[in-house]
Parts: sequence; structure tokens; C-alpha cells
Amino acid sequence: MPKDGGIGASTVRREDIRFLTGKGRYTADINLRGQGYAVFLRSEVAHGRINGIDTSAAMAAPGVLAIMTGADFAAMGGNPAGWYIPSRDGTAMKEPKRPVLAHGKVRHVGDAYAVVVAETLEQAREAAALVEADITELPAIVNMAAAVADSSNRVHDEIADNVCFDWGWIEDNRAAVDAAFAAAPHVTTLELVNNRLAPNAMETRASIGDYDPGTQDYKLYTTSQNPHLSRLLICAFVMGIPENKLTVIAPDVGGGFGSKIYHYGEEAAVLAASKALGRPVKWVADRSEAFLSDAHGRDHVTKIELATDKQGNFLAVRTATMANVGAYLSNFSTATPTFLHGTLMAGPYRTPLVYVNVKAVFTNTAPVDAYRGAGRPEATYSLERVIDKAAHELGIDPLEIRRKNFIQPDQYPYTTPVGLVYDTGNYNATLDKLIEIGDLAGFEGRAAKSKAKGKLRGLGLSTWIEACGIAPSNLVGVLGARVGLYDAATVRVNATGNISVLVGAHSHGQGHETVFPQVVSDMLGVPASSIEIVHGDTSKIPFGMGSYGSRSLAVCGTAMVKAVDKIIAKGKKIAAHMLEAAEGDITFADGKFSVAGTDKAKTFGEIAFSAYVPHNYPLETLEPGLEETAFYDPANFTYPAGAYACEVEVDPDTGQVTIESFACADDFGNVMNPMIVNGQVHGGVAQGIGQALLENVAYDENGQLLSGSFMDYAMPRADDLPMFTVDHSCNTPCTHNPLGVKGCGEAGAIGSPPAVVNAVINALQRAGMTHVTHIDMPVTPSRVWAAMQ
Amino acid sequence: MHNFEFVKPGSVADAVSALAADNAKALSGGQTLLPTMKAMLAQPDTIVSLTGIPEMKGVCMADGGLSIGAATPHAVVAAEAGKYFPALANLAGGIGDPSVRSRGTMGGSLANNDPAACYPAAVLATGATVHTNKRKIAADDYFQGMFDTALAEGEIITSVTFPVAEKAAYVKFNQPASRFALTAVFVAKYAQGVRVAVTGASNNGVFRWKAAEAALSANFASAALSGLTLPATDMINDLHGTAAYRAHLAGVLTRRAVDAAH
Repeated sequence: MPKDGGIGASTVRREDIRFLTGKGRYTADINLRGQGYAVFLRSEVAHGRINGIDTSAAMAAPGVLAIMTGADFAAMGGNPAGWYIPSRDGTAMKEPKRPVLAHGKVRHVGDAYAVVVAETLEQAREAAALVEADITELPAIVNMAAAVADSSNRVHDEIADNVCFDWGWIEDNRAAVDAAFAAAPHVTTLELVNNRLAPNAMETRASIGDYDPGTQDYKLYTTSQNPHLSRLLICAFVMGIPENKLTVIAPDVGGGFGSKIYHYGEEAAVLAASKALGRPVKWVADRSEAFLSDAHGRDHVTKIELATDKQGNFLAVRTATMANVGAYLSNFSTATPTFLHGTLMAGPYRTPLVYVNVKAVFTNTAPVDAYRGAGRPEATYSLERVIDKAAHELGIDPLEIRRKNFIQPDQYPYTTPVGLVYDTGNYNATLDKLIEIGDLAGFEGRAAKSKAKGKLRGLGLSTWIEACGIAPSNLVGVLGARVGLYDAATVRVNATGNISVLVGAHSHGQGHETVFPQVVSDMLGVPASSIEIVHGDTSKIPFGMGSYGSRSLAVCGTAMVKAVDKIIAKGKKIAAHMLEAAEGDITFADGKFSVAGTDKAKTFGEIAFSAYVPHNYPLETLEPGLEETAFYDPANFTYPAGAYACEVEVDPDTGQVTIESFACADDFGNVMNPMIVNGQVHGGVAQGIGQALLENVAYDENGQLLSGSFMDYAMPRADDLPMFTVDHSCNTPCTHNPLGVKGCGEAGAIGSPPAVVNAVINALQRAGMTHVTHIDMPVTPSRVWAAMQ
Repeated sequence: MHNFEFVKPGSVADAVSALAADNAKALSGGQTLLPTMKAMLAQPDTIVSLTGIPEMKGVCMADGGLSIGAATPHAVVAAEAGKYFPALANLAGGIGDPSVRSRGTMGGSLANNDPAACYPAAVLATGATVHTNKRKIAADDYFQGMFDTALAEGEIITSVTFPVAEKAAYVKFNQPASRFALTAVFVAKYAQGVRVAVTGASNNGVFRWKAAEAALSANFASAALSGLTLPATDMINDLHGTAAYRAHLAGVLTRRAVDAAH
């Protein structure tokens, strides 16, 4: 049994009390003395040339303090792409400038080209309606194939074919892959769309710029998953402010799912406006702005081919994808369809040869970037769908074709043909567990009951893997990253023995404030309730890289463990002095420093007190105080994996799909708080089911957003979802971090979409509709019905 | 949202005179008007609330059927109409979510005549009478197309009288995001015949499916609909369903409504 409140305990989330009682403090809750209110003017056309912006009437409106347009920011830097991805022919990545506000051209509906600041929000809105923008509408570039084909119409005038890069992975393997396909006894081909998604965090984006004319310091309160990265981008790339003159504070943040990793122009705009006015400037996005201007997710069009022998052994995989990057490169937009996607195309399988081609295409749509799973759901979906199709063509059970191709437990470390080294795993174990918890043996009985009700039942599987705990800086550097991906933590023991832990990870719903103290409590024997997590403020925390990519515990948690180890090491030195023993004779356990073999001991509290009241202390050899910082850069990614089973019923009259059951057998390595892990899986699977059945960002041919509100963008609701069966007992601890953890935040969203679609296809095929081999997501009733005809 | 004058009259007569002001707009439950104003797509100078008028509220039996005040919220209809006209109560109880049902009113729904709204199907399928401050309008004359009605400028719906059917049912297939009707069908059987109204499907708003009515009037059983299909012409084609799908769905839902009618 875990220690009470320690590692492995399902400790209730302490932060939920404030979230659930309305006492959270989000950016929109913060009001600074004298603040002005910003409203952004956003393009109503997808593509247009800005001839001029007349702000005179708006400037004369009541309460208006300032109006800034793209011209005011033209001399500033651009918001950069974080990864450099060259094309397979060696051509450099095309990196058009992404300005703070659109200048010269507007490039998507919702592209901000001006900001109005007024005494009140109402005045800012009224004045915004008086700004006259003279914009000549240009033909919109929406469809990726058309964007590439027609070089006369350009999102960015300097990029002829609207292609950002044309990437091959791994180029050296290409010839061998092509040869394998040419010789293959069987080739299965599938063309599919990975639908564009709106992140829809419960809290919309918000920013307050606060410039202090006295000290010339800037402060930015903002909805960020990684305040230090935002500070770096704003300072070094966009505004040219010394980093020591900008504090970025991300207070409580109501969900991110990736969309709040990135720096957005609104943040720089409120800082600049605050400096110009000498007073704080606040902006809070409404939901319509969120739909228009948050970075969207996914949006791939893919052709995947799987070569097998007649027995279903995988011989080679080849994919060609067009990835929509939207109108501008968001910070991780170039990494998401490449190194978070192509490197996963081996899956948990022994496929010896893999080649991935990704063409990133500019269009007149909102930027696309990482969204829960980020590239890995796209890889998993393509692979798990084509495997089902191959199984069907070859007459092999979908479960057996997966099992026979799994990497085996004795093959680790396993080097894939797409550049990763899996450290550990056991895919047979999670599949066996899935068979048990999902009662797969009982499927035919349930199918018969469904049939008696006039419904078609189907079973879909997905055996997925991801690379997360992002990640080793030296490796990602080779892959094109322009930042490091380590993390950092400071463990500050106070004189009275309680502890502040300052972490580079950012919690925006994950539960760090509960889980991180569980780990420290377990290590130091200090009650978890005496341990506080401090995050989200660059003036307090060490320079960490924030939370995304299921990295917080694996990377920042490891930094924290290493800092605690330093605390223990220093405590032993202090204890040795106080107990008049050799340092080597001091042991630490259960919150006590003891002299081995004696009953002489000092509690952790006594040691902490001594460090700050060093009356009896080895001052000549040891600094007072008890505070340690560790930075940690992992040796490898972590590789969570799992097996999911979805059962659906299809109404043959309407095409309506209902999810009857969903079972997840996951391997997350060691689990610190099982309840929170269950919650992460539930949320991820809900999002994956949302993608599979409901969610779709759609633009019309003019680039107008058709799904611009919750009236047309269907989020999954409780009654769309079944009770989930979740297990994470088959764990193979990560081999290269001390907690043995792998990360669980994205798993559900990665593993679930193919399981759902495989189940729907299975239901139709079992009912004799063998011509139905694919339906694109979201699998709406209308699409299912059309496929059935 | 722009600033506006807000008046809450206590009688229909006072409401009519308040609506005579320049750029005045009637507000009932506000489920459409308020979002439109927030988006600055409507900018009335005066808002005339219709929710403080006792004569426009309530559910009771009257001459010609079940009379429902136009300003009665859906939740009240759901709770009180069931003993007189279960299918109608069922329809009201399936609109939106609890907050929508607590605010939204029948009159508001009918005056707006959203092509995917629920109430128009009930009014048309029952051959209800729409009472206004000026006149009585037969259901067949009231609906004039998408978001279009027979109401004149400043005319207020005060109540609707629904002839109670021998058997009736409303079957709705949700649009997954809004949970308005992707398509929905109200079937009502009377001594003089069966009426079938389809909402959510047509570019012209709610409509009667006359061929189905004839078949069901001869034989009120879902089997009577065998072989009947609606043409997809003029059906709504959007993100959520093709025109052909909606035409098909109308047939499926009509059969289900007949089977469910009681």
C-alpha cells in the first residue's frame, strides 16, 4: 500500500476546492488599477489586401485611449516557428513573418489587424465598430491540393507554391521502402482525412499587459501553458525586451490542450499598448474569437500504404500527407506534423521499413498547431486504420494481426526505422489485459442482443504507442528544435520545515499541485499538506519549459526528484555535524536522519531549522539554508503504450453511432496518483471520441468558418459517452527516469479515434456491407448513412 | 451589445404601444434575440419584454383545444401540458437544455420560426390557431418560409390553441452541436385525418408531408408509409447532414412517430 498521501495514493486533488467553489484566479479575474480594455479588429475575409485603415472616427469616440494597427508593429520582429524542417530536396523551410498584427494583407478570417483600447470594454467595442478598414478581398486558398496546384494565388506573396516544406523521413530509407512495396505480396492502401479540431479550452485566452514607467519593467498576465517560453519568444524574437525586464505570469489557467503553448500576437499587443499608455491594458477573448484565432489541431490529408505478406506480417509502411499549417506558422506547427508524427509511424510494431512524406501547406485558415496528442494521434489513426483494412483484406482477425507484429518484450531497447529507440514496453500484456477488462470474448453475445434490437454492433481495436516526456534536448536539436526541452525545479525548505517547490511545469488542470507534493512527501517524510507547488510566474520559478507533450512528471518531476536528492544530501551533512558522526554513517528514512546502528537521530524539521538558525552548524564547510535547484534533460523520450477497445451500435435506419463501451489497458510506467491518471484517460478518450464522432472545424470555399460557435461545433457531452473501463496495471517502468514514469495526458486522445472508427466499420462489415472500408471523421450519422447506400 | 431602453409592460395593449417606438423589439425568452444583440447583429433602441403580461401565460383547456400563452416557458409547458396533450409536453421537454427551457417561450420560437425549431412542427401538425393582438391565424397560413411568418410589424402572438389529437407523437433527431432538430417530425391523428409536419429539413422551414398524411389517414400504421419518400430538392444541405440524408431521415422519423403515437 502506498504511504498516506505519498506515491501511488489516489489523493483527492487539492486545487479542485478552489476551482469548484469559484475561487480560482484566472487572468480574466485579475483587474489592475487604471486598466484600459482592448478589443481586436479581425478580418472578415479569408484573404485580402489592406489598402488603408481609417481610425479617425474611432479615435474620436468616447473613452478611446489608443488605436494601433499592423503598421505600428511593422518594425517589430515576427513570432517564430520553433522547429526548422528542411525539405527532402534540401530546400530551406519557408518561414514567412508572423507579425503582431496583420500588415499589408489579412490571411484568414479572424486575423487581427488593429486593436482599440478604451476606458471601458463597451467603449472599446463601440469604437471598434467605427474603424474603417479598406480591404480588397482576394480569392481564398482553402483546399490544400488546390493551394499547391495553383501558384498564382499565394497566402504569402513570396511563397509561390504555398508549401512550407516537403519533408521525407527517413530519406535514406526511401528506396528500400519503395523496393519492398514493389515486391510485396499484398499492399493495402487507405486515403483518409484527420479532421481539423478547435481546442476549446473552457477558459478562453486572455492577457493583461502592465508596463511600469518607473522601473521600465513589463509584466504580462496571460493564459499560458509555459510562461518562460512565452517570455523568451516575446523578448528575444518579437519585442526586443531584455528577459530580465519582462515577467510573465500564467495564473490559474482553465485548460490548454496545446492551444496555450504558443505565443500569440495579442500578448505583444497589450504589452506595447500598455507601454504607450503608461497604464495596464486588458484583453479577454470571447468564444467567437477563440474559434477564429486559437491555433487549431490536426487537419491532415493522408494516403497510407501497408505492405504485408499473405500471413499478415508487416513488411513496409509508406505515407504521404498534406498537413495544413494555416495562414502563419504557429510556434510548434512545423514539429507537429513531422517529428511528432513521422517518428511514430512504426507504432508498436516490428515493421522493418517505413517512409513518411509530409508536405506542409499554407492556406487562408487559422494556424494549426499541436493539440492534445499533437501528431501522434494523426500517426496512430493512419496506422491503426490501415491495419484494420489490411486484416479485413487478408481475412485475419484484427487482434491477431496486431499481436503477430508486436515488438516483443525481449527486443528492448528497440530501434525503429523512423529514428526512435523504445526503452521498454510489453504490448502483449496490455492487449491481454484489454481482452479481460473489455470482455472481448463476450462480444458475439452482445452483438446478438444488439441485432435483436435492430442495431448493428461493431468492435474496434487500437494498439497505440506515443513518444512523450518531451524530451532530450540534444536529440530534438538534431531533429530541428530551436529550443531546449529540459525542465527545472527548486525545492525550498523553509525554516519551520514546510516546503515550497517551484517548478517549471505549468498546471492548467492536470493536478500538479496534488501529485508533485505526493512525490516530495514520499521522499522526505514531510506531510503532503506541508508542501506547496509554485508555478506559472517567471519571477519566482526557475527557467522551465512548461507543460505539454505529457512531460510534466517525466521531465519536471525528475528535476524535482533530483533537487530533493540534493536536499537529502545536504541534510546528511548537517545531521552528521549535529550528531557528531561521519557523513557516510548517516541514513535518511521516514523523515529522519539517523546514525546507522545507533538510536541517534534528527528529524527533518530539526535539520531544516538548523539550516536557517545555524547556531550549531558547520559554517566553515557548508552554506546555511536548505534550498536546491535541479535542471533535468532526459536521455530519451518516454514511450507510453496501450490497447483500446470500443464497441458501438449503429442504427441502420439513421446511421447514428452510439458508443456502448470503451476499455483502455494502458502502460504509463509507474503511476503516482491512480485517480488522476484515470481522469486524464477519461478526458483524453472523451476528446478522441469527440474527434471521431462529433468535432469538425469546417471552412467554406471562401474561407468563412462554418463551425464558428457551439451551435455548429459539436463538443462531446456526458450523454455522448459511455462509462469508461480503465486499467493501468500492466506497467513497464520507464528505464531512464528515477520515478519510472512515462506520462498519461495525451494517451486517451491518441488511442481512441481509430478504435471508434474501426468499430463503426466493423459493425457495417459484419452486417454484410463489405464495400464500406472507410468513413472519414467525424463519423456523423449523415456520413454513415451515405456510406451504407 | 449597445445600450437600450428596457420596458416591461403588464398588458398586451401596453406592449403594443411600447413596440410603436422607433427601433423597438419584442423580447420574450431572449434565446435568439440576446445572442444576436451580443454579436451586435441586432441593435434595438428599445426592448419590450413580453414576460410580465399575465394574459400571455399559462396552459389551460379552452374552446378549440389546449391553449398555451405565448410567453409560457418551455419548462412550464413540459410540466403542465402532459395531462392534456402528452406529445406536446414531450416536445417542450426536449427543447435545448434546462436553462433554455426555463427562459425560452413558445411565442418566441414561433415568431422567430427557425427552420430547425421544434414548436413549428407541433403547430403545423395539429392545425393549431395562432392568436395575436389583432387576429387569429391558421397554422397553414402562419409559416411563410425560413424565419418568415404571417406576423405584421409590431404584431404580438398572445397564445396558441392546439386541437388535441387522438394520437400524436413528436420524434426529433438532434443536430449534434446545437441539439436543435437536424430533422424532426410531428404526427397527429384526428377524426378528420392525419397531419404530418417536418421541421429541420427544408430550406423553406417547417412543411407538411401531404403524401404521408394521405397514406396515414387511410391506414394509421407505419407500414402505410412503405415506398413513400420525400424528394431531396429544397432540403437543407450543411455540415451536419446532406439534403438526401434529411429527406431520408424525415421518412424514418415519420414511421417512428406513427409507431410512438398514443
